[in-house]
Amino acid sequence: MTDAHDLLFKTLADPTRRGIFERLCRDGEQTVGALTALAGVSQPAVSKHLGVLKQAGLVSDRHEGRQTHYSAQLNALVPLVDWTSRMAGFWETRFDNLEDLLNRMDQ
Amino acid sequence: MTSTATQTRSVVVERDIAHPPEKLWRALTQPHLMEEWLMKNDFKPQVGHSFNLRGEWGGVLDCKVLAVEPQKTLSYTWDFAHEDAAYNLQSVVTFTLTPTATGTHLRVEQAGFHPDQKQAYGGAHAGWKSFLGNLDQLLERLD
Repeated sequence: MTDAHDLLFKTLADPTRRGIFERLCRDGEQTVGALTALAGVSQPAVSKHLGVLKQAGLVSDRHEGRQTHYSAQLNALVPLVDWTSRMAGFWETRFDNLEDLLNRMDQ
Repeated sequence: MTSTATQTRSVVVERDIAHPPEKLWRALTQPHLMEEWLMKNDFKPQVGHSFNLRGEWGGVLDCKVLAVEPQKTLSYTWDFAHEDAAYNLQSVVTFTLTPTATGTHLRVEQAGFHPDQKQAYGGAHAGWKSFLGNLDQLLERLD
């Protein structure tokens, strides 16, 4: 695992932050105010999460008048979805299933 | 490899399993057990036997047994044919079992030959859902 992977995973480890990022992926560009309305935390907290996401390259911001618009940067995820990463995840999941099966099997 | 359009990649995943090699071998080679943890299949533990693995998503993998050494090594090809060459996958999966004091050390290596970049970008969309689904498991591996 590279440092870049670590940063991405750690950034997305926080459920609130992940929720904000998913919302930007799903619904496109949003202001802090619009994101706060659904995040269930205060506006300063949302701003702080957006700052962390921006540092990891997962969101970019655009200033327009007094508003700042945030959008998801899906390209930042490319290192995570390449073949090796996805296959490693695949085998980890299958090995979980395998252990479950072995626990259920007779000797 | 002489082609610059393809890259050889290898994935290794290892795990200590609290069960003896004999039992693990059954799970790796008996079709009804393989189905429970891997995919539907018509596997036979015979070198040269061709079989399919059928995923829940409807994908079918073309496989051929390369090596069978009971309770030690199992190897088969793991190919996915797609009309878009960029999504084709030709790979070899090798399971290696090593007895330990508490059970078995299981190692799987998947070595693939893959035109890389286009898949990585295409996969950014296809892989999105599975990425989020696997995130928690991946996070556990970080620490």
